[in-house]
Amino acid sequence: MAISSPALPTTAASSPRTRAWDSAWLIWIAIIAILFFLVVSPFVQLIATSFRSADSGAFTLTNYAAAYGRERYVEALFNSLELGAAAALLAGVFAVPLAWAVSRTNMPCRGLVRMLVLATFITPPYTGAVAWILLAGPNAGWLNKLYAFVMGADTGPFNIYSFPGLVFVIALYSYPYVFIFTSAALELVSSEMEDAANILGAGAWRTMRRVTLPLALPAILGGLIICFLEAIALFASPAMIAIPARFNVVTTQLFQFFGNPVRVEVAAAYAMPLLVVTILLVVIQRLLTRRKGFVALTGKGGERRPIALGRWRWVALGYALFVASLSVFLPYLFLLQAAFAKAWGRGFSLDNLSLKNFRFVLFEHATAAHSVLNSFLFGGTAATLGVFVALGVAYIVARRIVPFAGLLGFLCVAPFVIPGVVLAIGFYSAYAPPPLALYGTAWIMILAFTTRFLPIGYVNANAAIRSLNPEMEEAVRVLGGSRLTAVRRVVAPLLKRSLLGAWLLMFIPATRELSSAIFLYGPNTKVVSVMIFDMSEEGNFEYLAALALILQALTLPLLWIGQRAIGRDFMLRRSAA
Amino acid sequence: MSKLVLRNIARRYGPVEAVGDFSLELAKGEFVSLLGPSGCGKTTTLRMIAGFVPPSAGTIEMDGLPISSAESVVPPERRRMSMIFQSYAIWPNMTVGENVGFGLQVRKFPRAEIERKVDRILEVVQLGALKGRYPAELSGGQQQRVALARAIVVEPEVLLLDEPLSNLDANLREEMRFEIRRLHDEFKITTVYVTHDQSEAMVTSDRIVVMNKGRIEQVDAPQVLYARPRSRFVAGFIGRTNFLEGTRDGGDVRFDGFSAPAAAVEGANGTGTLLYSLRPQAIRLTREKRQGPALAIEATIAGRSYLGEYWDYQARPLGGSKALRVSTSPNTVFEPDSRVWLEIDPAAMVRVE
Repeated sequence: MAISSPALPTTAASSPRTRAWDSAWLIWIAIIAILFFLVVSPFVQLIATSFRSADSGAFTLTNYAAAYGRERYVEALFNSLELGAAAALLAGVFAVPLAWAVSRTNMPCRGLVRMLVLATFITPPYTGAVAWILLAGPNAGWLNKLYAFVMGADTGPFNIYSFPGLVFVIALYSYPYVFIFTSAALELVSSEMEDAANILGAGAWRTMRRVTLPLALPAILGGLIICFLEAIALFASPAMIAIPARFNVVTTQLFQFFGNPVRVEVAAAYAMPLLVVTILLVVIQRLLTRRKGFVALTGKGGERRPIALGRWRWVALGYALFVASLSVFLPYLFLLQAAFAKAWGRGFSLDNLSLKNFRFVLFEHATAAHSVLNSFLFGGTAATLGVFVALGVAYIVARRIVPFAGLLGFLCVAPFVIPGVVLAIGFYSAYAPPPLALYGTAWIMILAFTTRFLPIGYVNANAAIRSLNPEMEEAVRVLGGSRLTAVRRVVAPLLKRSLLGAWLLMFIPATRELSSAIFLYGPNTKVVSVMIFDMSEEGNFEYLAALALILQALTLPLLWIGQRAIGRDFMLRRSAA
Repeated sequence: MSKLVLRNIARRYGPVEAVGDFSLELAKGEFVSLLGPSGCGKTTTLRMIAGFVPPSAGTIEMDGLPISSAESVVPPERRRMSMIFQSYAIWPNMTVGENVGFGLQVRKFPRAEIERKVDRILEVVQLGALKGRYPAELSGGQQQRVALARAIVVEPEVLLLDEPLSNLDANLREEMRFEIRRLHDEFKITTVYVTHDQSEAMVTSDRIVVMNKGRIEQVDAPQVLYARPRSRFVAGFIGRTNFLEGTRDGGDVRFDGFSAPAAAVEGANGTGTLLYSLRPQAIRLTREKRQGPALAIEATIAGRSYLGEYWDYQARPLGGSKALRVSTSPNTVFEPDSRVWLEIDPAAMVRVE
């Protein structure tokens, strides 16, 4: 293999092929090592820990016995499944009509509705949950007070601290997933396909039932599955709502196993059903959205005419605004009220107005301002690291530089099937003990965030590189430039925007990530999401609202940059990879 | 000495043989086309010459030195060739001037000389005014000219073109054919040109290599290829033709509806079915039988199409079952079902395999 080729008269007599081979191997090994560290080792450690005795380290099944030995532990598992199913269905009720109206009809203000879906999407679930505690808390909640005022009753009917309340709040902040999937599919059903049904004699209703809906159905189901997975993996909303309501779900139960003393072995064992269900459903979801019939949609869509709804378009808009007021208008109105109030219960009056909450969280609180910095620092580092790894792997995969490159790509997207809490337990098992002893350091948070959002980065980097004709690089090489020259002079400049987009898509969720952070933070590495969660436990809703709004305000310029760099809707389109 | 020699080149992808037993020698300054239907292995061959694809067997030599073999391959960046891609591969992040100057920059020419050479080549391809533009602001034809300028300005040992005109519209394509040949006549760069379009190959090339299923069918100058195709594939691929099946019958060869003296047609000594190619232009249509050495066959007009530049008739010999296609000038008009005489020069019938 390593025979030096007789070089051209002007070239040195070294062996170019052998050298290229070596450096490719070096990169391969480095990337393998990084991915091993980020993905493989936590995953393997998670499983190993679940079978390891806490005392002796020997193989044991006692962790599983402990994890499933009590009825209420098992009950929490079923609560999670029920919660996921109910939340996904309700999210479908919110999202599917909206998606259809926005992408296929002449409903007025479609752009505005899209913006409101985006506003919902970028609202962290814990912020939404807090807002709804203000709105629908028993007795003191605004909706209850309004009801009592209007009806002359003593109390109102709403109680957010209940199973239906939890389902409602989770559905409200995960319906954008269904919206994204459904509208993407509907936008690919061309009017010509519907025209073809019409001309053969099918009316509007039959066309919808036999053509449009079946074509979009896999995407809708895919979106519902993502919602289900989001609901069972969520930590914050259940912790804020289910625990006061005296029931547990898997994630809150896991958190209790992580309380004093930390029983990571039992937690690992208890996390297995969550992991298995997620892997299974992700596989099903992929199969659904990759079916042949669905792939056919990705061709040229042809012309798409909006369906004229007549007077019904105002009904459609009314429904959209109703959903938006539940997820955006009402919550933000009362968050603003609380953030600027001396006491949120005293209502909207001038003498209740105050900036003291902002002053307190920004300048007086011991760690609140620092937690915001931490969030942006950890998120930024994680996103940067993630973009480099994702780009490197995506390039190696796309250009087949090393054998088995596809395996590296698989490792990059694998964290997608690991819920945040489970990932955190894996990282804890792998890197909390010596020799690394990373627990409580910034690095364990950064690395966990990197892993958690690596799939988003990879999918985007991959799409960007695939959009690049390899002939662009071949043209460099045939004119005498090396592969590195090609990457430096052509690939990198052309991908600047897409990589900025990938960075933002990793960075924005990383700044608000709670479910993995809550298991991994230490005294000096508290992030803003953990801070907000702590405040909700203490009942400091005014401070909390101020901090949550600061986080949202800091996100807006990032969204603006993203929209400038890679187009409107980039959040809604690219996150649903 | 030959500039470029391909010796028994082969390329397999798993069990599939993309190119097999391909041998070719290019003289210095020669323009050779690789012509064939898609999937015939022509692009794979070109990419082996460029160094992007290592051959599974055989060797490629340039100026007598091996540059590709199954064991070792000089990478593309060290072959001092240049290539024009199907997508043009103009870098959208660089101006026209930067695109064209890139190869010179890599070759470490002094800045002033780069400027001079770039300006000159842009004049040659009539893009002098567009040096500072970005590719997105150019039309398809202008991008094509940038690609040409970028490839030629480095004065490559060999210029490779991979279906460079397939993304242009018909008029522009015709114009660029002549442009490519003009640039070749001016710079005399040894050129390998891959195309599936026979007229492109015929306009530009000194010789054409017709490929089918990874193998060479025939290598010849355009006019020889057209006049004396050696295989059924070549006869059918280059231009239109009639295939005539004949059998030896005493002193004659008997065809469908007529026969010809064996002494007058080539290769009539074989046994079994003898296959001939006869171009539609080589048949004359007349109303009356005329005297002469040509075969005269009575026929009826079974169908006709008017194509502006010529009439395309289908004439069926009396007693024959299959019609022959005949091209005539646009003002030679015969009504359908009318009786005509076909005049065929037996020497125009080319025996093919």
